[in-house]
Amino acid sequence: MKSIIKSLLAGKVLVSDGAWGTFLQKEGLQPGECPELWCIEHREKVLNIAQSYVDAGSDIILSNSFGGTSFKLEHYGLAGRVSELNEAAAAISREAAGDNVIVAGSIGPTGKMLLMGDVTPEELYDSFKEQAVALERGGADACCIETFAAIDEAELAIKAVRENTELEVICTFTFEKTLQGEYRTMMGVSPAQSSEACVKAGAHIVGTNCGNGMVQMGAIVEEIIKTVPNVPVVVHANAGMPVMVDGVDTFPETPEEMAENVKSVLAAGVKIIGGCCGTTPAHISAMKKAVKNG
Amino acid sequence: MSVLQDMAEALMKGKAKDVGELVEKALSEGLAPNDILNEGLLSGMNVIGARFKKNEVYVPEVLIAARAMKSGMAILQPKLAEAGVEPIGIAVIGTVKGDLHDIGKNLVGMMLEGAGLKVVDAGIDVTPEKFIEVVRESGATVLGLSALLTTTMTNMKDVVAAVAASDLAGKIKIMIGGAPVTQAFCDEIGADGYAADAASAADLAKEFAVA
Repeated sequence: MKSIIKSLLAGKVLVSDGAWGTFLQKEGLQPGECPELWCIEHREKVLNIAQSYVDAGSDIILSNSFGGTSFKLEHYGLAGRVSELNEAAAAISREAAGDNVIVAGSIGPTGKMLLMGDVTPEELYDSFKEQAVALERGGADACCIETFAAIDEAELAIKAVRENTELEVICTFTFEKTLQGEYRTMMGVSPAQSSEACVKAGAHIVGTNCGNGMVQMGAIVEEIIKTVPNVPVVVHANAGMPVMVDGVDTFPETPEEMAENVKSVLAAGVKIIGGCCGTTPAHISAMKKAVKNG
Repeated sequence: MSVLQDMAEALMKGKAKDVGELVEKALSEGLAPNDILNEGLLSGMNVIGARFKKNEVYVPEVLIAARAMKSGMAILQPKLAEAGVEPIGIAVIGTVKGDLHDIGKNLVGMMLEGAGLKVVDAGIDVTPEKFIEVVRESGATVLGLSALLTTTMTNMKDVVAAVAASDLAGKIKIMIGGAPVTQAFCDEIGADGYAADAASAADLAKEFAVA
């Protein structure tokens, strides 16, 4: 099993991958279709996405398993296929990654809130455990618990992975800028609070994804690095902040612009960079160059 | 402090049990159900809504306040009905076809109830046909559409078009919201209004309901 932490010890900044969801839609995924089911029904297309990021120079690629918990798959009547779909997702990324690229299986939030008694902590834990075990069996080296907003749910996900697999754990939260100019998740969690809680729960790498472009990520990562100075920090940014073009939300940043904007985040001390919504293999390739030259 | 002020305070802190007890107390003191609703429960929700808009509180605070409001309403509702107090309007809410995200939509539902509307939740992944059916059955005059994804927000347009082509045209106001949604998008698809957050959605729904 490959280790992100060991790779980072060599001192170089690692580049992960870009968007999966928007890529799948470009390949024909329809609204209302289950993305994770494509790991079985359109395996070649999912493999092509993974391969395109490997070809673009990613050191780490994720997997098509963001909505792979039983709670998310339930809506499609697929709650009984958690193991199969997540194992397939990891296996596809493994196939593209070969021996040199690290696979971090994607784990997204369940959409359930502990606060309101939607679910019990045990149910959440078991759901994340089921997914993580399947990702490991499919060949993942790590997992990327991403786009979280609530600390309690993230802690359960991290513990479920650490206590039941050998996977290294990345955990990233999504922040929005408040009117006061600070960054908070929709649950009111700050970058400092989330990173501290994640590390305490057992995450090896913490950071932020989505919600912002590389430019806005600077302030977030500074707060995280100040809070947990000895922990590697990751940023998966959108291709800028969305703008409306002909009534459709479009992410405006070109690969070249994103590569330029990544410099400030690298200067802040980020160890892993990559993309989220709106980013493509071309963005990853451009960022890879920026890292090499930086 | 009066019992209604206590009630509003308890609601803002999300103390569901206290709110229920204070509603009982207010009723036993002979206060009018309508005053308990407006000056107790709704005034508390208004403050929470305003704070939410200003980013002074976040989703958890709104949710626990709404839960406290619900526990108060469970006791107050029969008294309101006895006194002939009607909700200010009926709103149908739902997440459009292809979109499974319900946290934002649920939050809007709670804030709308907190603004005095009756809310009928059509659920998630709702087709235009289903929206129209639920609106007809409920007699709603406000329809709230939610979408979290750039890829599903375009389905809002189909609902607006389906309503315009039905006998409900002109009888119902459609409001839209969700992370990627903007006023410009609202104008483009011809919806009646856009709200940037759940508290603004409640203000807008109230405006539409009493118009």
